Amino acid sequence: MKKEDIPQDDGALNKITKEIVYVTDDTGNYTTGLSTGWETKVEALDVAWEDIEQRIEDARQKVLKNEASPILYFTELRLMDIGIVAAYTGFWKWTVKQHIKPDVFKKLSDQKLKKYAEAFNISVEELKTMKVNET
Amino acid sequence: MKHEFKHLQAAHCENGVTTNLLRSVGVDKITEPLSFGIGSGLFFVYVPFLKVNKGPAIAFRTMPGLIFKRTCNALNIPVVRKKFSSKESARKFLDECLQAGRPVGCQVGVYYLAYFPKEYRFHFNAHNIIVYGKNDDRYLISDPVMETVTSLSDYELERVRFAKGALAPRGQIYYPKENTVITDDHIRKAIVSGIKRNVSHMIRIPGSIAGVKGIASTGNKIKKWRDKLGQQEAGLYLAQLVRMQEEIGTGGGGFRYIYAAFLQQAHAYHPNDALLEISKTFTKAGDIWRNAAVQAAGIYKGRIGTQADFNVMGDFLLEISEIEKSAFQALSNIKWHT
Repeated sequence: MKKEDIPQDDGALNKITKEIVYVTDDTGNYTTGLSTGWETKVEALDVAWEDIEQRIEDARQKVLKNEASPILYFTELRLMDIGIVAAYTGFWKWTVKQHIKPDVFKKLSDQKLKKYAEAFNISVEELKTMKVNET
Repeated sequence: MKHEFKHLQAAHCENGVTTNLLRSVGVDKITEPLSFGIGSGLFFVYVPFLKVNKGPAIAFRTMPGLIFKRTCNALNIPVVRKKFSSKESARKFLDECLQAGRPVGCQVGVYYLAYFPKEYRFHFNAHNIIVYGKNDDRYLISDPVMETVTSLSDYELERVRFAKGALAPRGQIYYPKENTVITDDHIRKAIVSGIKRNVSHMIRIPGSIAGVKGIASTGNKIKKWRDKLGQQEAGLYLAQLVRMQEEIGTGGGGFRYIYAAFLQQAHAYHPNDALLEISKTFTKAGDIWRNAAVQAAGIYKGRIGTQADFNVMGDFLLEISEIEKSAFQALSNIKWHT
């Protein structure tokens, strides 16, 4: 890629920094340039996020229909999977799967709920009600 | 506390940490492309059955941590690397380093990295930053992918140093020991060993999932994705491929441009014009990777999507595979004078 061809589209990263790309100058020598973003990869990230939003919404619906506990919703909201939730809470994966069942979740002690709340960076109240105020 | 650390932005975090840490101990000739090439950073692998963020596990570069390790090894620079089981001992060790005026590399997770934009905060645990000082209760941070330095609170830094999940950093700290004198001769030899290892990883590695054979087999798989996965899932897979290829840290074209830059810089140490020609071949490979990304974007945004469009996409990778194979063969044929 030549220096004058560096894309300068508006990407999410542009909020905090431009990024370095390696390009050639007029004489064919390598140099670096700064890019604000590239539409092609902005779209790739958009597609990934649309998928995430869909999974979060699906999880929310499952909780509302009493098919899953809020742990499933927050797992998706925090882009985690069962393995990551297990690592942050210290529970076994199998245990986390049990806690995703609504009936089991309702009987969880405050101490256990607190572990989940901490992992998801929310309060126990928010965990129970699925209501989070975030900017 | 006095901070004389000089922040230099890099395309990739690990190259940048390597380059900047080496500068902090007086080794100032190792640029980002040199550390990437000496560390044999260029790679391709598509691991079947393994999923990352619910998409395919594809990488365009070598395993995290290896570039720093190999570059320091090749230059005979002793490295200190420590992991911690407790947060307290991790913080204590870091503070002692900073007290002694020593900047250190830290492996961190990006999910809770406060200064990153939300869109980029995934559970990726192999990001690298330098901590170079402490003012009041803020740690001073040089993140190589950023234009300027930044800072993190005690809690924020601890949280990312002890991120959980795959490749959990466990507070990992690393730095080169000081007072190392590196001559041009060291660099000359390191370049040769870096290239030889990269040749072997890209064209001699057994199996069909990695190296140039991995690129070709991925191209063939892509042609089947439309039928096998359906339009939407196939789109997600292609989006993941493009993100691994072009997202922050690659320097563009799946690290192929950085590698082309490396070969040009290597020419200053080994004046063999074949290096300049092969550099052009990698530029060409990088350009085609980017053309392929544009084709992929057409598919994942639904502008195109017939089987013929998937075939074009797959063929890009088959073409790239041939080009990179010829480039690495040319590299393996070079007679080095060291």
